[in-house]
Amino acid sequence: MEKGNIMLSFKGEVTSDLLTSILQIMESKMETLDESPKIKKKVYNILVECLQNLYHHIDEDDVSTIIKENSALFMIKKEDGEYSIMTGNFITKDNVDSLKHRLDKINQMDKDELKDYYKEVLNNGEMSAKGGGGLGMIDIARKSGKKLEYHFDKVDDYHYFFSLNIKVAQ
Amino acid sequence: MKDIKIEGSPKTPIIEFNPSTGYLLVRGRSIPENSIDFYKSLIDALEAYNINSQPDTKVDIQLEYFNTSSSKCILDVFKKLEVINSGGSNVVINWYYEEDDEDMLEAGEDYQAIINVPFKMIEVEEK
Repeated sequence: MEKGNIMLSFKGEVTSDLLTSILQIMESKMETLDESPKIKKKVYNILVECLQNLYHHIDEDDVSTIIKENSALFMIKKEDGEYSIMTGNFITKDNVDSLKHRLDKINQMDKDELKDYYKEVLNNGEMSAKGGGGLGMIDIARKSGKKLEYHFDKVDDYHYFFSLNIKVAQ
Repeated sequence: MKDIKIEGSPKTPIIEFNPSTGYLLVRGRSIPENSIDFYKSLIDALEAYNINSQPDTKVDIQLEYFNTSSSKCILDVFKKLEVINSGGSNVVINWYYEEDDEDMLEAGEDYQAIINVPFKMIEVEEK
């Protein structure tokens, strides 16, 4: 991974308790750094969405058990005053195109278009059993104020590694 | 009708609903992994309240953070309030946001654009 001031990194299985711990650690770290409440809230909000994305993704039945055990990567760093949050997880080949399409669609939108799209999905979108409902990425893009950087790496014939890099605009 | 009193936790807000005074408070953080379960009792209570509502219903929403999974449930709560408002009760939703927290103000405005109930945006000082 890239050098820089890494505040926290994690590799392994994402559980509900782990999410709680990471959020608590990051909250106290940002408290120590004396961040403005505005940045603190933005980073915290994006963290929640990213981590819950990982959490909800992990129990997908179609990702094989062997891969699941080491399933997620997460890192947050602060460099030159800018926060970036990186996540990585395995996805099945079948899901690559739809995810890529969704991210590209979001990246083409400006602030107002994202706002309208969020409202549209909020009001009309179906809530998934896990409670996601497709709002997570839109919300991350809105709050970060930057384009979502992503990458898909082929692992084998059935799996890809999906990495997402979110920068938080100051 | 029974009151609802749910204590806050690191991932879930305080919820107080008193059907005999027509007052609802949601305060704190709402970032549970499964928000449908968490909001179910409130949504059911609002449905029951609609049958015998007070002339005025006051709602205070004082959220510090909420995740997108909660945002759908909050919309469901507001949709119940919309029905109550078009029935026998005048509903007012007070949406609190800390000064400088544009994201929370915008979130309130998003709901305001979708829900046909009077909203009041109330700025409060940072804690």
